[in-house]
Amino acid sequence: MANLTLIGAVNDALKTAMRGDETVLLFGEDVGKKGGVFLATDGLQAEFGKGRCFDTPLSEDGIIGTAIGMAMNGLRPIAEIQFQDFIFPAFDQIVSEAAKLRYRSGGQYTAPMVIRTPYGGGIRGGLYHSQSGEAYFCHTPGLKVVIPSTPYDAKGLLLASIEDPDPVLFMEPKALYRALKGEVPEGHYTVDLSTCRTVREGDDVTIFCYGAMVPVVEKAAADAAAKGISVHIVDLRTLLPLDEDGVVEAAKKTGRVITVTEAPRFCGYAGEISAIVAERAIEYMEAPVTRVTGFDTPFPNTLEHHYLPDARRVIDAIEKVINF
Amino acid sequence: MTIMEPAAELSKEEILHCYRTMKLVRAFDDICLKLQRSGRIGFSIPNLGIEACQVGAASALRKDDWFFPSYRDFGMALYHGVDPLDMMNNMFGNANDNAVGRQMPVHFSFVDPIHFVSISSPLGTQIPQAVGAAYAMQQRGEDKVALASFGDGSTSTLGFHSGMLFAGVWKSPVIFLCQNNGYAISLPSSEQTASESYAIKGKAYGVPSVQVDGNDLFAVRAAVSEAAERARAGEGPTLIEALTFRMGGHSTSDDPTSYVPKEEVEMWKGKDPIDRYERFLTGRGMIDAAGIEATTADCLAEISAAAKAAQAVGQPALETIFSDVYAELPAHLRAQGAAAFELKSRLGDADAGDGAFPL
Repeated sequence: MANLTLIGAVNDALKTAMRGDETVLLFGEDVGKKGGVFLATDGLQAEFGKGRCFDTPLSEDGIIGTAIGMAMNGLRPIAEIQFQDFIFPAFDQIVSEAAKLRYRSGGQYTAPMVIRTPYGGGIRGGLYHSQSGEAYFCHTPGLKVVIPSTPYDAKGLLLASIEDPDPVLFMEPKALYRALKGEVPEGHYTVDLSTCRTVREGDDVTIFCYGAMVPVVEKAAADAAAKGISVHIVDLRTLLPLDEDGVVEAAKKTGRVITVTEAPRFCGYAGEISAIVAERAIEYMEAPVTRVTGFDTPFPNTLEHHYLPDARRVIDAIEKVINF
Repeated sequence: MTIMEPAAELSKEEILHCYRTMKLVRAFDDICLKLQRSGRIGFSIPNLGIEACQVGAASALRKDDWFFPSYRDFGMALYHGVDPLDMMNNMFGNANDNAVGRQMPVHFSFVDPIHFVSISSPLGTQIPQAVGAAYAMQQRGEDKVALASFGDGSTSTLGFHSGMLFAGVWKSPVIFLCQNNGYAISLPSSEQTASESYAIKGKAYGVPSVQVDGNDLFAVRAAVSEAAERARAGEGPTLIEALTFRMGGHSTSDDPTSYVPKEEVEMWKGKDPIDRYERFLTGRGMIDAAGIEATTADCLAEISAAAKAAQAVGQPALETIFSDVYAELPAHLRAQGAAAFELKSRLGDADAGDGAFPL
């Protein structure tokens, strides 16, 4: 066991995967000599050489397009997109190509690849270094979307993603990169890409969350406990495909449901959770199925702390559903 | 116009195989047009006038090379021995279609006898993918090449830029074949780019480039051979602009007379690549008028038989909507599939409607 930050766990997972499988390679902007703008790939080029960890020209479309060709032809590419905000030039390659390749060729061609990208607010990054764009990708059949919230999960989920036969968008909550540490086993292990994780057992209200919102909700739950409210927290961690049964079970447990995301609200992931609960567990609900989210605005810079859901907003929502 | 002259090492058998393949492409187009006009298939993409580009390029490459084609390239597959029946199965979107009826017609996918990579409709996306596949070849020390084939319109896409960019930097064993057929649906090359040619676009990417007569099969073959040789020797990518002309519509749904001047078509008719090839063959005594007629009839019969066989195959099963989305069927798709089956058993089939493709 090592006590690692989340970014340390990502780095550990990458090294573990590349040591175990010589077809695994990693590339993107500034990932080589520099080791990535957040240092997630620190030391990889030194250990694995320029053939397996290298810098690319500044072209997201080229990074993802070439990764798909590599994946088709026997490699296991890990493509880094420096900030999720910069992924959109590659949107066509991700949603029209990687995600549909298996389907449109009847399984003759596949794209087993991982796209790693830091997402989310909390670093005063403004409109273009802060977005939480998971909903765009969760609307794409054929793609898997994974977001860890702990160092243990970051390593286990990333290793599972690299070994997965389908393309995985692995979104890393950059606000948590160095915000917390956790025990991480050495060597190889995986965390299954089809189950959510119970963060905290509780009886009065169920909160679904993922990524950087998990510690926010944990703080709110601790504050709520002081007021005598018991909060059940579920970290969804694999957003697509979702562990729907796990969601429904956790919703039924308390009869009160809140979903917390930092992404904009309209057509967002929280809406999907609300819809699933409404369709499959409405008869258990004691209060309106509720969302706490970012606003339906671009992401602000100076006032980002008002935009991002915080414990204050989560507690407010908890009290509303408890007192309904 | 170049003077058609085959490379010295080309055998008569090989020369005639190229001929027959071009004739198969034309027969495939003829039959598909009839199938489309009579409502038996929904759509087709004609190749009239550009057959020499596809077949010439394919003839310069090996079976273990990879082909990243556009939707106007299936002569490459025919050249290397893909069964016309496998193609017709795609035209009908039937249960034996490699794409399992999920794609529109002409969106072929083959892994055997060549890697003819599944075609998608968004243009230019295959170009950086070819560079990625070539990276894998490079990394394993193979002497294979990847061919990215596309039309003039695709040179305006992001994929052309990123593919050329990466291949230049990586010295990829890739051949970029731009078939400049004059029009991107209705847009003439003069409005596609202000560049003096498409070939010259290679210069800024550090990719050597060449312009060839795309209606001269031997010229295309020679250019692709040379590019392949360079690629296999580790000397990197080449951009080839093949000058040709699409004498038919963009698709069976397109009427080109609204945007192509009549005189232009007439001018290119005089350069028809198959007519030229036949003049060459007869001039060399490799075929006579009876042989040409027999080849035409033989190709039409082969394609026609494939069409009949494909038409007799039923539609894909309902569960194929849900399979191949992922390697394993996830729970939510299992549930949606079960619901679709339950609905079908209760209310019967959905109405197929009369949707017709407009483009």
